[in-house]
Amino acid sequence: MDQSRIRNFSIIAHIDHGKSTLADRLLERTGAISERDMRAQLLDEMDLERERGITIKANAVRIDYLANDGHTYELNLIDTPGHVDFTYEVSRSLEACEGALLLVDASQGVEAQTLANAYLAIESGLEIIPVINKIDLPAADPDRVAAEIAGILGGAPEDIIAVSAKSGAGIDELLEAIVGHLPAPEGKPDDPLRALVFDSYYDTYRGVVSLVRVVDGALSAGDAIRFMATNEDLVADEVGVRRPMIEPTGRLGAGEAGYLITGVKDIDLIRVGDTVMHVDRPAFTPLAGYAEPKPMVFSGLFPTDGDDFERLREALDKLRLNDSSLVYQAETSRALGFGFRCGFLGLLHMEIVRERLEREYDLDLVATAPSVEYVANLTDGKRVIVHSPQDLPDPAHISSIEEPYVKVMIITPSEYIGTVMELVQSKRGEMGDMTYLSPERVELHYIIPLAEIVFDFFDQLKSRTRGYASLDYEPEDYRASNLVRVDILLNSQPVDAFSTIVHKDRAQTYGRAMVKRLRELIPRQMFDVPIQAAVGSRIISRETIKARRKDVTAKCYGGDITRKRKLLERQKEGKKRMKMVGSVEVPQEAFVAALTIGDE
Amino acid sequence: MPTLAADSGELADAARAWKSAYVHIPFCLRRCPYCDFAIVDESVDGRSLVDRYVAAIHLEIGMEGGIGRLDAINFGGGTPSRLSPMQLGSIVDRLRSTYGLADDVEISLEANPEDWTDDTAAQLVSVGFTRVSLGAQSFDGEVLAVLGRNHIDTDIARCVSSARGAGFASVSLDLIFGHGAESERSWDQTVAKALALEPDHMSTYALTVEAGTDLARAIEGGAVPPDEDLQADRYERFTDAAEAGGLRRYEVSNHARAGHACRYNLSTWSNGEYLGFGLGAHDHRRGQRSRNKARIEGYLASIDADERPRAGIENLDAHDEARDTLMLGLRLACGTPMSELAECFLGSPKGLMFLDAGVIAVVSGRVVVLKPMLTDAVVREALSVSAGDC
Repeated sequence: MDQSRIRNFSIIAHIDHGKSTLADRLLERTGAISERDMRAQLLDEMDLERERGITIKANAVRIDYLANDGHTYELNLIDTPGHVDFTYEVSRSLEACEGALLLVDASQGVEAQTLANAYLAIESGLEIIPVINKIDLPAADPDRVAAEIAGILGGAPEDIIAVSAKSGAGIDELLEAIVGHLPAPEGKPDDPLRALVFDSYYDTYRGVVSLVRVVDGALSAGDAIRFMATNEDLVADEVGVRRPMIEPTGRLGAGEAGYLITGVKDIDLIRVGDTVMHVDRPAFTPLAGYAEPKPMVFSGLFPTDGDDFERLREALDKLRLNDSSLVYQAETSRALGFGFRCGFLGLLHMEIVRERLEREYDLDLVATAPSVEYVANLTDGKRVIVHSPQDLPDPAHISSIEEPYVKVMIITPSEYIGTVMELVQSKRGEMGDMTYLSPERVELHYIIPLAEIVFDFFDQLKSRTRGYASLDYEPEDYRASNLVRVDILLNSQPVDAFSTIVHKDRAQTYGRAMVKRLRELIPRQMFDVPIQAAVGSRIISRETIKARRKDVTAKCYGGDITRKRKLLERQKEGKKRMKMVGSVEVPQEAFVAALTIGDE
Repeated sequence: MPTLAADSGELADAARAWKSAYVHIPFCLRRCPYCDFAIVDESVDGRSLVDRYVAAIHLEIGMEGGIGRLDAINFGGGTPSRLSPMQLGSIVDRLRSTYGLADDVEISLEANPEDWTDDTAAQLVSVGFTRVSLGAQSFDGEVLAVLGRNHIDTDIARCVSSARGAGFASVSLDLIFGHGAESERSWDQTVAKALALEPDHMSTYALTVEAGTDLARAIEGGAVPPDEDLQADRYERFTDAAEAGGLRRYEVSNHARAGHACRYNLSTWSNGEYLGFGLGAHDHRRGQRSRNKARIEGYLASIDADERPRAGIENLDAHDEARDTLMLGLRLACGTPMSELAECFLGSPKGLMFLDAGVIAVVSGRVVVLKPMLTDAVVREALSVSAGDC
């Protein structure tokens, strides 16, 4: 295909603003998929993506569009994840495009996530087409939203395309704008091959399937190829496109996006962001921006039933085939037994992994409260990386502890500025600048310790702004903080899985709140159970779960022994999700109690 | 056999060989707000079914083969006293002619003070009844009102003396404790008034909120729910008072003077065999537990079709029987006899935890729950121990 008739674009949108519906509608309008085969969120293949209405893995679909000028254009829709955890994936997907649709809900306005990704797109030199969606909703205020977008991106509000992805209104106009406004790729067809890997996934039958964008040259089936970052030589077994069903084409020319199968099974050999070139005619400069995915959030995952440890290992190994950003290593907890310390890109990533392990691999897991990566500087000059509070060296040997900070962008209705400031302050945040997007909406910038975000920041931000504020963040740097580890003792025994690193000034408050929360979460046992919070050997708070005194049906049950027995067995079954810590039965939610202690 | 204490292990072991029959009389003047039993509410359905039901019981007794002479017959409900003494007597006769009765057979019924007269009492004794369990529930007018009972405390005293006068060998009082409307003082007074009547036996039941009852709805609507700790307190106050009054606890909810432990009860807790007749009744014999249909229409239709009105049967192998012996025996004050399974439980982590916490102990070769209000917690774990664990 002549590059001038190719348009590569992605859709940038906040969750629930209608990205997947718009993609569905574009496929339907161009005849890529018949109405009969249509199902909602066509490009989101994972059950979890459909249920949560989110995109986790990128996708690329080719659409042929006969434009009003009489020419047929090749549109490559590159569907990208839309969550802060997957910023790196988003940036790679954007690299594969010349343009992006910035999709904004007509009743909600621009959200932090969308704006962050839009800035990312602009920085990557993409042409942006702003689109206002859901114009048929009763609460839609397209004029206000258009003014807001124009205020951010420049341009005239009346030039912004208004659509209803649901009803299909405005879709024709949008297709013409894609062809008319977005630039064609400008690769050099005769140069040595350079193709960008913008995502990979694992297929049980085909091995690793990579999504690639050919920048220069051409990639054909049978070519001997090299992956620059991993320096791995492989053969392109099959290349092709998705329409959206997989369709081998034998060749991808300059400017085209599609898939590449090499038969390789190890996902680590094909990294997102890597550049593909020919072995016999190598290119000398890789495409910009390959980076190792860096886990930001760490949590212990333990099988409720210790016998499931090996199954958990196998499940993690399998999950990683599809998700090279997931890292884990075996960990032993005195309280929880054998499990894995896992590193995640962020909280959503963590939640998704856990949910997939439980659902797709039928595991029952206890997760510990998330933590970040600390650096402990020891008195002997050594630096120790700490992924788990229990690994923090003896405070006597520590000269300082550093923790990661992030740059945070919050967009909120201006009436909540005070509330947000208050929240950020309580989370040790430093105020940066503040920009009014419109008289009603403001963009706030802060520097905040990641550990505070990882706790309950997002939930609190949402609840304090009645759901109106949105958040995005990116890593900033490491800074020394006055941190201590708060340990929790259950029945006088320290429970390593409950240990948390907090700022010294908050230790008392945290300890008190945590102990109180655990008293609520842990059911009464056959004996009194003291719960204590301690910093080192100093007890900072204490509560007691009083022994249970009545657990019997003290009424006659008329000889109905079967029913009584079954009832007791059912109740026992319900207790299976409890973890025995010493002789205390602890429910799974207690291990993430730290996340639910709120403001106390 | 000399008269044994109600909580004697020897008595419990002997009870295992007893044969008993349970007859369910589902009729009630009205449904009590806390009740979820299989009953026929006369205020809704009228009394038209009573005669048919009595006839059906007769027919059902004819369908069941021999079990040997009966040591105990228990009429439960519902409210057995909603039947006339003649009707109840006819059922006793039918049981006697079908299975035979032991010389010292205990024939017992639950009765509502509202239905009780001197005449009734005399007639019941004349048709063979030896024991009555009076549904006193409380001696506090306010508590009686919230429990939906229509009698007053003096009615209970009258019933007891009337039963004694008529010649009942054993008189029992049932009490319910732990309603949100009950105060500690009220409970102490109820206990004192009950003990002052010198009953031979007392059953005290902690009020339980069953789903779908008026009580459950009232609590959803904001009424004070029963409090576990308060119930435990009330239970202990009662037990102390009862012991002082000569009534020994022989099961979680049951207390009696020597020679007055309820035979049917004891046989059930000792995992003995019993027949069950009537709506929703259960029986246990020859390695089977069966239960009858719990709705009157279905029950009567089966009888009309000359079929046993079974709703379900559970077959038990030797291990299941051992498990039930353990489960039921743990409710007894004398405990459950030591067995392979019991030892296995004692050696399990949970068993050790209970021993350690002083919830259970081994006393004279039996496993005993020392804190009866925690019996379900113990049984739940004992049930999950299987032979494979040891």
